[in-house]
Amino acid sequence: MNTLEFTILVAMGSFIAGLLGALTGLGGGVVLVPLLTIFFKADLRYAIGASLVSVIATSSGAAAAYVKEGFSNIRIGMFLEIATTVGALCGAFLATIVPTRFLAIIFGVVLLYSAYLSRKPRPPEQRNLPPDRLATKLKMNGSFPGDDGEIRHYNVQNVPTGFGFMFGAGALSGLLGIGSGAVKVLAMDQAMKIPFKVSTTTSNFMIGVTAAASAGIYLSRGYIDPGLAMPVMLGVLAGSLLGARILMRAETRVLRLVFSIVIAFLGAQMIYKGIGGTI
Amino acid sequence: MTRPWSDQDIEGIIGNLLRAGVIISAAIVFAGGLVYLLGYGSSHPDYRVFRGEPPDLRTLTGIIHDAFGLQGRGIIQLGLVLLIATPVARVAFSIWGFAAEGDRMYVTFTVIVFVILLYSLVGAGYGY
Repeated sequence: MNTLEFTILVAMGSFIAGLLGALTGLGGGVVLVPLLTIFFKADLRYAIGASLVSVIATSSGAAAAYVKEGFSNIRIGMFLEIATTVGALCGAFLATIVPTRFLAIIFGVVLLYSAYLSRKPRPPEQRNLPPDRLATKLKMNGSFPGDDGEIRHYNVQNVPTGFGFMFGAGALSGLLGIGSGAVKVLAMDQAMKIPFKVSTTTSNFMIGVTAAASAGIYLSRGYIDPGLAMPVMLGVLAGSLLGARILMRAETRVLRLVFSIVIAFLGAQMIYKGIGGTI
Repeated sequence: MTRPWSDQDIEGIIGNLLRAGVIISAAIVFAGGLVYLLGYGSSHPDYRVFRGEPPDLRTLTGIIHDAFGLQGRGIIQLGLVLLIATPVARVAFSIWGFAAEGDRMYVTFTVIVFVILLYSLVGAGYGY
């Protein structure tokens, strides 16, 4: 396989990952690294470098639309980015000292957990919660256009818990080159009781900044290879933009099930290869 | 402008900024990709063993030098650096935006995030 064929195949694989990630809302980043390491035999460090830059592209591309529609809350995002960027720096430093086989095992566990989270039913949303003192002081409470066109107000809860979760999300992002949107949404939706739509779009908005915090370290350590990152970034970006466009018309229930099975399978593979030291 | 800046104004500009950053960087990466494939398309890629990138593709000055020398890999890397800079520019703009709103608390939070990002891009990793 020469470089041209390799580039085309990687671009196609990344396109599909981006498309499925956008359609299912599970993100394309999580399947990219196993795709590059297991199928394209790339070293884990090149794979996480390429994955991280594609995460910045998809996050910024999607956030541009959401921010304008008034779903994401830029204050919540900005405040929590303090936690995610510090976490990302710690994660990126750890990534340079942790042996790749352990990274592969951690990656596998994160994949299995994402698959589990995507199958778990979400508890019903609690509405009309009383204002929390700290959240009010931080001016986090907000509103967004609901499904019926009515403006819905919400009061944010449990800021310290959410902040702690966000540090963890940032560390995972820096360690594994993923967006860790699932953990960010968990922190906002479950811990801070922020409406799901606001949580997912604000998470998307934060992913780019979080990833940029570790990207600088990856770049200076030589993890970002232009020959590999080019097809990955362009493929994922095109796939996720197309996915976001057809999302409105698509029936995603079956797709979500299939994709979560794929994620679980890749997670098991990563753990197996990590334990066997063949990664 | 007679009225003070609102969150909606800032959100609109942030949206445009992010979109422009992604489009410009993707175009540069694509152009660099063409140059790279024209030159190296028939070579054989090997990413099995991690060697790390050569110094000229790790530092900003090296990347700019390579890109202006019209080397495919350098042009791609320049596009990727612009992509990484996009969220950083968003944060820098937010400092100004919150200041225009007169929100000191959020100016402080945003400056903290900005300093962390600058540390990662400029300070960290060059210690060796």
